[in-house]
Amino acid sequence: MSSFLNEVWIARYPLLSGLMQTIGSSVASIVLGTLLGTVVGLLIVYGPLAVRWICRIYIDILRGTPVLVLILTTFYMPAVIGLKLGTFFAGIIALTLFCGAHVAEILRGALQSIPRGQTEGARSIGLTFPQTLAYVLLPQAMRSILPTWINTGVELVKASTLLSVIGVGELLLKTQEVISRNFMSMQFYLFAGAVYFVLNFGIERLGKAIERRVAFR
Amino acid sequence: MGYTLNFATVWANFDKLLGGLGLGLLLALASVSLGSIIGLVCGFASVSSSRTVRSLVSVYVTIIRNEPIYIIVLMIFFALPDAGLKLNQSASFITALTVYSGAYLSEVFRAGLISVPKGVVEAARAIGLTRLQTSLYVVTPIMLRNALPALGSTFISLFKDTSIAATIAIPELTYQARKINIESFRIVETWTVASALYIATCLLMAAALRGLERRFPKF
Repeated sequence: MSSFLNEVWIARYPLLSGLMQTIGSSVASIVLGTLLGTVVGLLIVYGPLAVRWICRIYIDILRGTPVLVLILTTFYMPAVIGLKLGTFFAGIIALTLFCGAHVAEILRGALQSIPRGQTEGARSIGLTFPQTLAYVLLPQAMRSILPTWINTGVELVKASTLLSVIGVGELLLKTQEVISRNFMSMQFYLFAGAVYFVLNFGIERLGKAIERRVAFR
Repeated sequence: MGYTLNFATVWANFDKLLGGLGLGLLLALASVSLGSIIGLVCGFASVSSSRTVRSLVSVYVTIIRNEPIYIIVLMIFFALPDAGLKLNQSASFITALTVYSGAYLSEVFRAGLISVPKGVVEAARAIGLTRLQTSLYVVTPIMLRNALPALGSTFISLFKDTSIAATIAIPELTYQARKINIESFRIVETWTVASALYIATCLLMAAALRGLERRFPKF
């Protein structure tokens, strides 16, 4: 045990930078993916038919492809047509597209479950469509998508481990590098597992706390 | 930008991709079957009257649900041998996916169990069925039907997770696609076809699931 703690101490800087990369890539793709997903989600409910079809295809393609395949595809494909993306950048694009599809699908479900009377009521008191959206529909949708959205955040942190496959120096890759030096595979995989658990469990708890606050207002 | 598509190598290796797809389905099927056993036991345990049993299940479910599947796979494949237990690639991958899916399926079955109306159980007991008979012949069929949608989507998502098997050199679809890439450099073509195969399979499974749900109306 003491030798393990010693090894952790020796490897503290790589492990910390890995953790930062994990958090950075997750946060970036959650933020960008949520923006993308919100736009796609609104378009698939309120857009013209052709746009709705395009959004449906995007969602079905992204949801039907494994994240690992998405990551490999965004990493290797652009290079062929002469576009050079860094590993980190390619990884974030993959995770953003993945997150966007999920958020869009959640938002679609939430918007469609709001009773029609809400829209009709808002329109009849003279609100324009953007106003109806901003003051009536989105606040209600936000509340009902919160639990699933938090879940998507956890999914993204978990999916970010797959970025190690294309060489993004996130926590798992750093852990593997440490293991290749000291061969303490069991200890360090458990250590990484514990860090991921703390991270995800923290997100989940935080989500629950926010949920309680916005639940009945 | 001056890139011409050429699918020749991909079509020449199409049988390998299809074989990889089949292997992925097999891995998912094996893990979901074994995971269902864990899920059923944990599902029933999580509605048991014993607090200790309930917390044990909740600890397992919470830990696994917050853990990346990739870490679980690596742990079982690379770290377990250190503890003296050596499994081959497929066995360790199926073990990892079973442990992983068990947690999700336990939640699926728990939700299914909760959805069984109390009156049905009372009626079964009133006509003289024992507790075991009630669970087996009355509760389980209703629970399984109510859990069907979630069970199906868990299977689809597990099938997608089998792509991770490529990282420990199990020759499933992603592995085959990477191999064809290395041999031919036809990166765009290979990933397009491989992704299309994944998407088509997932959409087909989703359609089959909807058909099943229609066939067996919800209780």
